Amino acid sequence: MLTKRLIACFDVIDGRVTKAQQFQDNIDVAPAEDLAARLYDDQIDEIVFYDITASAEKRKIDLETVRRVARHVFVPFTVGGGIRSVDDMFEVLKAGAEKISVDSMAVRSPEIIREGADAFGRQCIVLSTQVKRVGARSGIPSGYEVFIDGAREATGLDALEWVRRGEELGAGEIVVNSIDRDGTASGYDLEVTRAVADAVNVPVIASGGAGDVGHIAAGLTDGGAQAAIVSSILYSPRFDRNLGVRELKSALVEHGVPMRPYLEST
Amino acid sequence: MIDVIDYRAGNSPSVIYALERLGLECRLVAKPDEIAESERLVLPGVGAAAATLDSLRESDLLDALTQRVQQDRVPFLGICIGLQVLFEHSEEGNTPGLGWLSGRIRRFDDGLRVPQIGWNEVRFTRSHPVTAGLPDRSHYYFVNSYYADPADPVDALGRTEYGIEFASVVARENVVATQFHAEKSGGLGLRLLAEFAAWDGRC
Repeated sequence: MLTKRLIACFDVIDGRVTKAQQFQDNIDVAPAEDLAARLYDDQIDEIVFYDITASAEKRKIDLETVRRVARHVFVPFTVGGGIRSVDDMFEVLKAGAEKISVDSMAVRSPEIIREGADAFGRQCIVLSTQVKRVGARSGIPSGYEVFIDGAREATGLDALEWVRRGEELGAGEIVVNSIDRDGTASGYDLEVTRAVADAVNVPVIASGGAGDVGHIAAGLTDGGAQAAIVSSILYSPRFDRNLGVRELKSALVEHGVPMRPYLEST
Repeated sequence: MIDVIDYRAGNSPSVIYALERLGLECRLVAKPDEIAESERLVLPGVGAAAATLDSLRESDLLDALTQRVQQDRVPFLGICIGLQVLFEHSEEGNTPGLGWLSGRIRRFDDGLRVPQIGWNEVRFTRSHPVTAGLPDRSHYYFVNSYYADPADPVDALGRTEYGIEFASVVARENVVATQFHAEKSGGLGLRLLAEFAAWDGRC
């Protein structure tokens, strides 16, 4: 049976993992390669790395940090931020990533999704979306709008229409990142996660807001997601007590979520 | 020395990093004369079977690869698309494969969420030196929209369920291949790579 995935997400600035709240006020956590090595040893299922300032600073992604992280991570590794072309994607893959995450850039130039999927396969292209509840209105029938550039810019795109388009263009996975819930530890937005999972046939990843095991379990059951992105719960200094991957997974199994079993010796 | 075949559509860096972590001597190879002298070969892969074969053909690697694996019988490990190209035919792009193994590559049913992405269980159906250190019913990382359907069931060394049961590990003589990404399957995946590195190609 295919199990559900627990994915650790890193927001990286200058080679270091940081932690934001609703896309703001990033505080420093640890060097990316150290945290990656620790979480790999703790048997995380997957790691996602966003170079969060590359896009705004109009520079290329920090390939050196990608390379250093990739050397410690023998589970899937996705990289995003500052990717503008198929050549950029190729550089990141050669640095040791398996998957490329596209977000704001894909909204501006949707063809990048098709070009990436044609060049490297659909499984390589993860469409990440920043969605916000705005209420159903003309042009936004689902009531969820897509935002870009660190949740600062509204696009006028309906979230469900955008993810369907992304799938058609060749995205192999969709990340639903709730702006309202990001860093709040109040749980994923299950309504939009479920709506996206129903709208597309590729795997869907819940993101933004996981504060406890119950939230993660809900995202993977009621939310209909195949994978859950967590960060604060694992390593945010704002949390009184962080949980290990092993603790999280055994608690998820108790909630009835199928997970990759923890190996006592590897 | 383990030679990892390098081509544009591959994920060869990840395989190199994994072999380096195990302390194994390895290098990327991209020329026919390198493959002609290879002692041990890995064909990694992501993307589509046809694109992979085209890429190998354009780099003039196919003849050298076939000679070295099918005639000289050096140990060979295919990963993901490196498994799918071994069969006679793939439904992906309706394309012929290498035909080293009999059977076809088929697409998962439309009712399933495709690609299959994630950790799924492998049940080993017989013993083999490359999988000897792996517990039965253990989990590995898969990314695939197509699966192998070997004509000879003996070629299936491991089986996995996603809608249907399919051959997730195949082996015949000096060839072994995994549908899952051994280089991205954590400690057990690394263990399989270490066993492959020590294998003499016989079973």
